[in-house]
Amino acid sequence: MSQKPLVMIKGTRDGLTLFLSDDASFHDVKEQLVDMLNQDDFDEVDSLITIKVELGNRLLHTDEREELKTLIQSKRRLVVQDIVSNVITKQEALALKKASDIHLHMRPVRSGQVVDIVGDVLVIGDVNPGGTVKATGNVFILGALRGIAHAGYEGNKDVVIVASLMNPVQLRIAEFYSRAPDYETDGVYMECAYIEKGQIVMDRLQQVMKKCPVINGFERSVLNV
Amino acid sequence: MSEAIVITSGKGGVGKTTTTANLGTALALMDKKVCLMDTDIGLRNLDVVMGLENRIIYDIIDVAQGRCKLKQALIKDKRFDYLFLLPAAQTSDKHDLSPEAMVEMVNELKQEFDYILIDCPAGIEQGYKNAVAGADHAIVVTTPEKSSVRDADRIIGLLEQEEVTAPKLIINRIRNHMMESGDMMTIDEIIQVLSIDLLGIVQDDDEVIKASNHGEPVALNPNIKSSISYRNIARRILGESVPLQSFVQEQTLMTKVKKFFGMREK
Repeated sequence: MSQKPLVMIKGTRDGLTLFLSDDASFHDVKEQLVDMLNQDDFDEVDSLITIKVELGNRLLHTDEREELKTLIQSKRRLVVQDIVSNVITKQEALALKKASDIHLHMRPVRSGQVVDIVGDVLVIGDVNPGGTVKATGNVFILGALRGIAHAGYEGNKDVVIVASLMNPVQLRIAEFYSRAPDYETDGVYMECAYIEKGQIVMDRLQQVMKKCPVINGFERSVLNV
Repeated sequence: MSEAIVITSGKGGVGKTTTTANLGTALALMDKKVCLMDTDIGLRNLDVVMGLENRIIYDIIDVAQGRCKLKQALIKDKRFDYLFLLPAAQTSDKHDLSPEAMVEMVNELKQEFDYILIDCPAGIEQGYKNAVAGADHAIVVTTPEKSSVRDADRIIGLLEQEEVTAPKLIINRIRNHMMESGDMMTIDEIIQVLSIDLLGIVQDDDEVIKASNHGEPVALNPNIKSSISYRNIARRILGESVPLQSFVQEQTLMTKVKKFFGMREK
């Protein structure tokens, strides 16, 4: 047992980072971690120390993560801020892909119909009055939007609604909503809607790149895991 | 090769029954063997529009529940040899009829007839499901009103899930002067929203109501514009290509004078 240590500590500006080796079994790593935690007398430090744990290429279950967290936080001054790993499960990867894919809907959305999509949605066809399109991501409509569109319905505010002809009954983004004026309008061509200063605003389609530089954030969401 | 066509709308009062009666009459005029089926259980009135109320002995529920043969319940029209009506029941409930029973009846009728027109009740529940069950094709009737177009849109959405071919549209009760003045949805606007093929347009006409009240479908009278509309639709059902009627009034001197005095031409 005299090889390189299974646990390494590095100090950073924000606190400590624990590098747990991914070569040994989790059991061994835990043992060494306990030893190390007992060696240093963290309890004498006044302020709280935030800990970031780097797992390398090791995949931990939720209960194992919890175990690791309680183990470290048994020292009163230590707070686990984040546990990061280089790998994710297939399930997570697929869910992530689903959430960031653009899903095609190649039929008109008629009165009474609800299109409910995890991820972005591209409707090819009109959304008629009484019809609803909702997505956890962006809503793109290649056609007339005359019904209701709800982008980011699980709370994501950095999303847009885009339509070839924008004449909606209601627009909803995350928990914000706006409705059509009470007088009849013909709608406007090539418009987008997004949130600015706590309310939904509509603008020319050309503005969408300026307002939301990263529309499709697959890489972004992978890196954020 | 026989076809079963359901005539539906979602909304009530847009002219499903009148359309069924007139299309049936128009098809019979072209020597087709036609059977009209009324599936509006409890609120039957296709028999009234056809003027055959006094001839009803058995109805569709009697057939479905095996109290009589299908042939016994069919009523022959007064004017045509091969136009028949299968009336709805007045006293039963729509749950007495099942989609399976409808399919069976329609299949039996297909042996005998070229066209089976199914008059659908308003709404989208059991009655609608029964009516659509046996159909090969669907015709959606709407009027140029927002509420009616909205319901037609809903029904088209539901029909797309059924085993029928893409529904066709009839726009009924068109008032030309209101479309021109922009107080009513235009034909183009309606087609744009519903995005299905247009089968025909029928002008709003007092004669239609008059004829219905007499139990004589308006399609019998060749001198009336709406009668021609129905006949044109029937020809399109047979596969002919017939141009749409123009409702624009000719500008005769008399109409110009009337217009000058603010009188509305009929």
